[in-house]
Amino acid sequence: MSNLIKLNNGVASLVEDDWTLIQLPATQVEERKQAGKVVLFKLTGEATVTDAQIADTVIPATGKIILPLSVFIARSDEFKNRIAQGEIGVWLATHEILENLTQHQADLNTLPIIAIFVERFADGRIFSLGNLLRTRFGFKNELRAFGDVLRDQLYFLKRSGFTSYLVRADRSAQEAIASLNDFTKPYQGAVDEPRPVFKRYNRGA
Amino acid sequence: MYKYDEIDQQIVDERVTQYRDQTRRYLAGELSEDEFRPLRLQNGLYIQRQAPMLRIAVPYGMLSSKQLRKLGDISKKYDKGYGHFSTRQNLQLNWPKLEDVPEILADLATVEMHAIQTSGNCIRNITTDQFVGVAPDEVIDPRAIAEIMRQWSTFHPEFALLPRKFKIAVSGTKNDRALVQAHDIGLEFYRDSNNQVAIKVWVGGGLGRTPILGTVIREHLEWQHALTYCEAVIRVYNLHGRRDNIYKARIKILVKALGIDEFRQQVEAEWAHLKDTDNTITEAELARVAQHFDAMPYENVPAHDASFDAAIASNPAFAAWVKRCVHAHKQAGYRAVTLSLKPHGQAPGDISSEQMWAVADLADEYSFGELRSSHEQNLILADVKLSDLFALWEKARANGLASPNIGLLTDIICCPGGDFCSLANAKSIPIAKAIQMQFDNLDYLHDIGDIELNISGCMNACGHHHVGHIGILGVDKDGSEWYQVTIGGKQGNDASIGTVIGPSFSADEMPSVVQKLIEVYIQERTPEERFIDTVRRLGVAPFKAHVYAKNEVVA
Repeated sequence: MSNLIKLNNGVASLVEDDWTLIQLPATQVEERKQAGKVVLFKLTGEATVTDAQIADTVIPATGKIILPLSVFIARSDEFKNRIAQGEIGVWLATHEILENLTQHQADLNTLPIIAIFVERFADGRIFSLGNLLRTRFGFKNELRAFGDVLRDQLYFLKRSGFTSYLVRADRSAQEAIASLNDFTKPYQGAVDEPRPVFKRYNRGA
Repeated sequence: MYKYDEIDQQIVDERVTQYRDQTRRYLAGELSEDEFRPLRLQNGLYIQRQAPMLRIAVPYGMLSSKQLRKLGDISKKYDKGYGHFSTRQNLQLNWPKLEDVPEILADLATVEMHAIQTSGNCIRNITTDQFVGVAPDEVIDPRAIAEIMRQWSTFHPEFALLPRKFKIAVSGTKNDRALVQAHDIGLEFYRDSNNQVAIKVWVGGGLGRTPILGTVIREHLEWQHALTYCEAVIRVYNLHGRRDNIYKARIKILVKALGIDEFRQQVEAEWAHLKDTDNTITEAELARVAQHFDAMPYENVPAHDASFDAAIASNPAFAAWVKRCVHAHKQAGYRAVTLSLKPHGQAPGDISSEQMWAVADLADEYSFGELRSSHEQNLILADVKLSDLFALWEKARANGLASPNIGLLTDIICCPGGDFCSLANAKSIPIAKAIQMQFDNLDYLHDIGDIELNISGCMNACGHHHVGHIGILGVDKDGSEWYQVTIGGKQGNDASIGTVIGPSFSADEMPSVVQKLIEVYIQERTPEERFIDTVRRLGVAPFKAHVYAKNEVVA
């Protein structure tokens, strides 16, 4: 059974995944540790993508695919037509720089889907990335979380603009759906409801 | 104080339901230890040495008598009949059962309380001055904004899983008592040249392993923008703060690494997008919340009271208590009163269930049914009539709450330490008790005068040792407990971080080390100098020389 939850007009249900996620091939290069280096602060301890990995990534000739950001940028000439046909999405990891995508692809809404990979569920950068994609860069299509996606983060993901959630394979997505609605009247404005509570309700004098 | 409406109540009730199910899934093995940890922490539940510890939120230190009475009931029913007020104005239970926590939360919800975000890598309880609203030097009462910020930060989706904990303090007084410079964000409220409420924003302060005082990131922020500006700061931190090393993950490390100018520029760039968006606070919302903090219905009483003056003159014990535990008030004929949770020989900040009930009664009888907790770990009745002070004192004394030691050497700030906390390197409570017993002479304590002694059992600095005039830090050396001593730390507008005087000491040595520091002060002080002033004038050297002198006979 599918472990993909998708929101449709605010209603969540389990759906079959019609996208194929394309991974980078494994690398022999060791991770770059940049502890203390200010310029590369956000890369601390996280893997960087090599040219060889990008070149060696196998891109299926047909079907709807979600490409790693680095491949999408470096090899975009290979699938220009497929972008126009809505067959190409992009994924990025939480430490990757969103502006690399937005500078390369001026109109994000030509992409039917953008996905964010969260390696550890406790990595809250994913929430800011979702927020920026929606509010800063005006992305309107499917925004998906995948990786270490667990039930107790779904509510925050939803509020941060994510509309689909590929729950980690060893957990029940069916049960997780309930947590999308843990709270009915949130205090602060966020992506799904920009108005804070004091602008939505008359809370009396 | 703020009263919940249906929306507030629903959020707290839904939290109980959510956490009950999270606990059920954990106990059923559906959540791993690692997965449950951030969930329970964001509900204030630590797994400690002997039992879990539950930290209950006391937003900006405000409590009603009804709430305190319920806390007394809860600590009796689910714990060993006592609780501990922490340096973040919260109440900690040391012995609850993990399985009971959902029930405790349900009980708390009946009195508009919770444990939301009292721990974990999220925005924590917002703290302020314990004399907020009544202090004569107050310019702005920041509680309305603090409450608006409490609501905004509660389950803020973007900041649910930050690189590390995030602490905000607010202050609206001339003399800072809220440690705004020692917080991730400190908001200092003032009136600008147009007489409008404005905020000076400090960022990147914090104690812990790397103590740093904050830097001003913005001199002038209009109050309407408090939420959106904080969102800009915390977004930059959320995206760029380090997540690979827990000891380098606080915002202070990011601010230092980028430099304040670069950090400020990134925040301003972010804020350019967020300014004037929906989370901008409206006049109407400020007014709605502020009315909860209107001045109490004070009686029109004279500024002087003959019976009070007579009691002072005839009763030295009462006079001593008034000198240390009674504080000036905005309103003529009223005073604020600190009930000391620092009786000599007891764990600082501890309070029994019976004492909680007694304080609740005192609040009802003498102070409009409200009270506050302080970061110095005492309780405050903020609105007591001068003519009621003697009767209040007698009842407080009967309940062991009238130690006349506020602001003195034995009013020690102290974390739970190695007796309870699994993070601690060393015990802190026995050190506090030993020092209290060493100085168990009121005349001598009053002669020493104003001094702050802070003890932390590890470098996480819950006991704020860096800003103690004397700071004591528990350290681990080859598996045994030692204590490092700093002097010259200070809270307030002229805050400073203390200097280590030298090699650390064993627990047995600590009372005499403090004794020697005091001896140097007594010998060297000018008539008007407090301990901290003498340390600042002379530096560490003479104190160090006396403490480490071998076989010296004290003159």
